[in-house]
Amino acid sequence: MHTPIPSTSVDTELEVQLFGQPLTHGTLPRWAPFATLAAAIVVGIVLDDIGLAIGVAAVAAVAFYAATIYLWSRTVEGHRKAKDRVLTTVVTSAFLLALLPLVSMVITVVQNGIQRLDTEFLSFSMRSIVGEGGGAYHAILGTLIITGLAALISVPIGMLCAIYLVEYGGGKLAKAITFFVDVMTGIPSIVAGLFAYALFALLFGPGVRMGIMGAIALSVLMIPIVVRSTEEMLKLVPNELREAAYALAVPKWRMITKVVLPTALAGIATGVTLAIARIIGETAPLLITVGITTGVNMNPFDGRMSALPVFSYYEYIRTGIHTAASQDRAWTAALILIIIVMLLNLAARLISRLFAPKTRA
Amino acid sequence: MPLSERNRPRAQVRERPGDRIFSGLSTGAGVLILVVLASVASFLLIEAWPAFMAPPEDIPGGEGLVVYIWPLLFGTLLSAVLALLVAAPLAVAIALFITHYAPRRTAQGLGYVIDLLAAVPSIIYGLWGIAVLAPATVSSTEWLSKYLGFIPLFAGPPSSTGRTMLLAIIVLAVMVLPIITAVVREAFLQTPRLHEEASLALGATRWEMVKMTVFPFGRSAIVGASMLGLGRALGETMAVAIVLSVSGGVTFNLISSGNPSTIAANIALDFPESSGLAVNALIASGLVLFAVTLVVNMIARAVINRRREFSGAN
Amino acid sequence: MAKRIEVSDLNIYYDKFLAVQGVSMTIEPRAVTALIGPSGCGKSTFLRSLNRMHELVPKARVEGKIAMDGQDLYGPNVDPVVVRRHIGMVFQRPNPFPTMSIYDNVAAGLRLNATRMKRAELDDLVERALRAANLWQEVSDRLNKPGSGLSGGQQQRLCIARAIAVQPDVLLMDEPCSALDPISTQKIEDLINELKTEYTIVIVTHNMQQAARVSDTTGFFNLKGVGEAGQLVELDETTKIFSTPTNQATEDYISGRFG
Repeated sequence: MHTPIPSTSVDTELEVQLFGQPLTHGTLPRWAPFATLAAAIVVGIVLDDIGLAIGVAAVAAVAFYAATIYLWSRTVEGHRKAKDRVLTTVVTSAFLLALLPLVSMVITVVQNGIQRLDTEFLSFSMRSIVGEGGGAYHAILGTLIITGLAALISVPIGMLCAIYLVEYGGGKLAKAITFFVDVMTGIPSIVAGLFAYALFALLFGPGVRMGIMGAIALSVLMIPIVVRSTEEMLKLVPNELREAAYALAVPKWRMITKVVLPTALAGIATGVTLAIARIIGETAPLLITVGITTGVNMNPFDGRMSALPVFSYYEYIRTGIHTAASQDRAWTAALILIIIVMLLNLAARLISRLFAPKTRA
Repeated sequence: MPLSERNRPRAQVRERPGDRIFSGLSTGAGVLILVVLASVASFLLIEAWPAFMAPPEDIPGGEGLVVYIWPLLFGTLLSAVLALLVAAPLAVAIALFITHYAPRRTAQGLGYVIDLLAAVPSIIYGLWGIAVLAPATVSSTEWLSKYLGFIPLFAGPPSSTGRTMLLAIIVLAVMVLPIITAVVREAFLQTPRLHEEASLALGATRWEMVKMTVFPFGRSAIVGASMLGLGRALGETMAVAIVLSVSGGVTFNLISSGNPSTIAANIALDFPESSGLAVNALIASGLVLFAVTLVVNMIARAVINRRREFSGAN
Repeated sequence: MAKRIEVSDLNIYYDKFLAVQGVSMTIEPRAVTALIGPSGCGKSTFLRSLNRMHELVPKARVEGKIAMDGQDLYGPNVDPVVVRRHIGMVFQRPNPFPTMSIYDNVAAGLRLNATRMKRAELDDLVERALRAANLWQEVSDRLNKPGSGLSGGQQQRLCIARAIAVQPDVLLMDEPCSALDPISTQKIEDLINELKTEYTIVIVTHNMQQAARVSDTTGFFNLKGVGEAGQLVELDETTKIFSTPTNQATEDYISGRFG
């Protein structure tokens, strides 16, 4: 029979602290955080007005908010609740802080880029342009060609590799590949560029520049992304489907191409789209493999090409009497780039939403 | 167990040609990954070799490869590590906000917003950093050097353009933030609801619940994600190349106009104009960067993949 | 320590959906009250409203009154965190904290409330809780091993130890045996019998034999109709519910004619 064990070493003061809490305690009014926030904003503005740097004033205002809400809550609600409130403040302001650069970036790029976003910019290259005017037609074409080539190389390799990992692998080789695919996602883009350069320098001699070099550099960055996302999608295909196909005496490769891949297709397409969005803005590897030209070059196997991000970079750092015009071009190229990336991201979300297999609610 | 082992029929009578071709192709693609990684290392080594062999006076700077690369490596490590110190706590807080503080219905949307930060090309971070952030930091760096100048990091004199190491660190921090957040968020989301409820039912506040269940559960993901972020910051090129005003040398002073460059930024800035041995020296520095990021990423992956074992901590 | 809970005219909503309607009942101290009924009839929702755990679902709210020894649990200035501290809960599936040792699991609730506690005091409280949960003998030699290494039944008793370590007034159990084998179930039922000398216990169960075995009072929940709110149909002494229920639906349910 159960007999309560008598307490031996717990003193009564602790008993009360541990077990004697009343159900109710004071509560800050609902408006308390808002009032404190308003006060903090006032403090920030005043500090800024008396000549303190804006960054310092902002930090001081946040600190003021946290300290006030902590002390106020601590006296009314107790230290545990006070801590909870401070952490809520910290976590929320961290999120808001992260939004600042995003919003600021979008506004800056749109503001600076919108005025040159005209038909001339989209339909002319920089051939024989010295001052104002000109456009990024050649760079847009170059970006599409190079990115397209990179996708052409990466998608089949990446998908096949993922199929190997999910459908065939299992041994040490698969483990090693999984690990190194992960490691490969971390290769700096500049190193991928150097790799492509080193490869072609060995074949064609130093100083070589070609569109295909850029495509290969981008592939090194893109393949692991495709593998990862395809792998995730293939793993989501329910095993019952595979077994059902086997039960119909379908050979394995037909099972994969007719059952597994179609089921995962929407997810794979989403992953590929996101992968393209990731690499289309890469600047560094193209800077050292593709270089820059002023005119249209449609042949990725013959000499320098232009790409949008590299174009933007060179226009921005170009100095001279027409700095303003070239800076405008740089911003407009950046704006087009950001629009492309956002559209690709949007497309990816749409694909995954519209074509999601019915098995996933 | 991988799916394939469960699927594979016990006894295969005979391989069909279609099966053989298909499995061969996909295995080949897998092996190709390893080949690519190996060839990245070997081609860089081959092209860097002349720089290793060359007499010191032929290397840019005229004092040999080590003296050439060391300040760059220092700048790379300094900017990346400090960026990580800024970004990691923020990223954990953001992941926490998205998974446990924001209203559940908006959580997914907020996740997308942070993912958008990751989608922005680095060239745009660079342009934004130099056009918007640099002038905005000038007054703060002046304040820092005036009142906190006794700390070596803020020794000054403050740069008047704002193109400081501090700026590079902030830009890098913003860039790696979404990467760390994404991994940590996934881990936090997987915290079993059962455990969260168990701690709440004991009378834990939300923060105590997070400390009791979410953090221990996500600990290895936080470490791994931070390493991933570090890897990204180490290799980030264009943003640093654009925002940082470089004078070479090794200094911990974050707010002056004389800063060490980073390996990646230095390659981007010098490579297009270089020829001969200078190219080999740049590739040698790239090889060092590759080695550093490889190690960092391997540790990161090992930590993330490690089975979450019991750790007696509370 | 055990306290009486009085529920009057309780409605529980999820946003606009009325999940449980018009529950009035008294839960006696030092006794076991069992809640039975078909799936989805709101008995778990009702249970979770007793320690305000249902509030974790966004837009969940209640109308009516729940009072513990006369004190309104939903009154102004009542902190749900403190309510949960006084009304402990054991869940359907054993859920010891996987990163904590057996000892730390039991100490978890105590550490929240007392900032500075001597090791000996904590040791004593942990031992008391483990003994009270009939687990001490099985785990006293491996207190620093992870709780997840125990068997399912032991894990559930560990969760009970964790809940009673903070000496709550009321213990809520949400189908505590549904994931356990018969022998482990037996042990938990014995434990419930012992614990009721000190605690007010409310248990939700799908197993009518279990309700008959462990409880003093039984409440039968049922839906008013398809897609409508759940309600308390009948509440009486367990022996009476299972021998001579007054309500036809109750009789149908316990005789296995539906549900």
